[in-house]
Amino acid sequence: MGDITTLAEAVARLVHDGDTVALEGFTHLIPVAAGHEIIRQGRRDLTLVRMTPDIVYDQLIGAGCARKLVFSWAGNPGVGSLHRFRDAAQHGWPVPLEIEEHSHAGMANRYAAGAAGLPFAVLRGYTGTDLPGRTATIAPITCPFTGEVLTAVPALNPDVAIVHAQRADRDGNVQIWGITGVHKEVVLAARTSLVTVEEVVDELEPRPGAIVLPGWAITCVAEVPGGARPSYAMGYYERDNAYYREWDAISRDREAFTAWLEEVR
Amino acid sequence: MTHSPGEMMTVAAARALKDGDRCFVGIGKPSTAANLARRTHAPGLVLVYESGTIGAKPDRLPLSIGDGVLAETADAVVSVPEIFNYWLQPGRIDVGFLGAAQLDRFANINTTVIGDDYANPKVRLPGAGGAPEIAASCREVIVIVTHSRRTFVPAVDFVTSLGFGSGPGDRERHGLRGRGPQLVVTDLGILAPDPETCELTLTHLHPGVTLDQARSATGWDLRVSPGLRTTEAPTETELSVLRALEGQEG
Repeated sequence: MGDITTLAEAVARLVHDGDTVALEGFTHLIPVAAGHEIIRQGRRDLTLVRMTPDIVYDQLIGAGCARKLVFSWAGNPGVGSLHRFRDAAQHGWPVPLEIEEHSHAGMANRYAAGAAGLPFAVLRGYTGTDLPGRTATIAPITCPFTGEVLTAVPALNPDVAIVHAQRADRDGNVQIWGITGVHKEVVLAARTSLVTVEEVVDELEPRPGAIVLPGWAITCVAEVPGGARPSYAMGYYERDNAYYREWDAISRDREAFTAWLEEVR
Repeated sequence: MTHSPGEMMTVAAARALKDGDRCFVGIGKPSTAANLARRTHAPGLVLVYESGTIGAKPDRLPLSIGDGVLAETADAVVSVPEIFNYWLQPGRIDVGFLGAAQLDRFANINTTVIGDDYANPKVRLPGAGGAPEIAASCREVIVIVTHSRRTFVPAVDFVTSLGFGSGPGDRERHGLRGRGPQLVVTDLGILAPDPETCELTLTHLHPGVTLDQARSATGWDLRVSPGLRTTEAPTETELSVLRALEGQEG
């Protein structure tokens, strides 16, 4: 476990057509290179899961890899819409996209329940909104102790979780710091996992506040320097804000997007 | 100094934040206003972003809620499940600061879809993000939104985040703990819920804006407070700090 492998081998081994795949990253440490590898390997009918699908999900959706999206906020942060996502949701291009829509709190709790080995999570949320009426995975539940009516959401246990992190050692232990989003929860909730890292080092130097995921809790680790670009990896490189703005123009137009896709493939 | 309607809106929203408030901030105008407030009258404003940064003190405007500058300057950086479950849900945050694609007279917010058919929307919007629980659990909510008939609609196409639902008592019936939207700041003026009916009522017009302008930009018969006032124009300090902030944007 925590097998150190190449990105191409890891994706070939872990990601299969029809799988439920979560590539997480909350602005920071988004596994973009892994997403591009999934596009290159031509996966189809994936259920893509992520709290904040952004550029790399726009790319996967535009490339026709996804059948369904489970999410809570789909946009290009600080810029605007995801045009490939909108084209798929509104016009079925290149393939129709089914959606299952939550709030951030709902998604975070679904991963936490998945990581905890519980069938569902409870939160005080969603009430009064139109979301429960549209999403089958949101249901009221009565507290057995107080009688208060709360909301239940089922655990999310993806077939594969993919995240990016700063470092791993040669035994496949992974260290992550900065904004850690749901990295830990999604890896522990998933049946298999791939962590792409900036570098593999002999020894993990202690970092205050850092998370260490032991190699035995991860399936594969791949060294992919720059693997989060255009997002960022704290301590390694900054977010390429200009690229997020450029993506708006590329993704608005099917032809411009198709030209982009040819280059990745 | 002359100012734009957008600058007036940001300044008016910043003024609504009190020193020492713990504020859950979204990106865009809310973040600009909160950072302006922290540099002017509210140096002790605690900025909380849903990426998990608590007490961020960015020296420039972040481009996204997960900008590295937020993590580097925060008192604490926590996971996303923690920010929602431990900090927002129990009511530890004073003010939630939200935008809207559509807003109705009871301050219900839509950021999900435009159009009647959810499965085949006219426009697919980003979705809920943190907003439903921010609207539910913060002590109060400030909404900042451009004033037009596209946004100020008779009924929202989708209730993403609850304002006052269909009127008085609705929030309580749904078990929500926060008081809901207490202020709506637009580029034309300021609205607040009527204490009896919960309906949004125009309390301020920004300098140079007429009542007719506000009425014609509202998709329902706009109620006007008997004590309607003119918003104080931005001061030179507010404008120069705001322009310096926006000039630095990554």
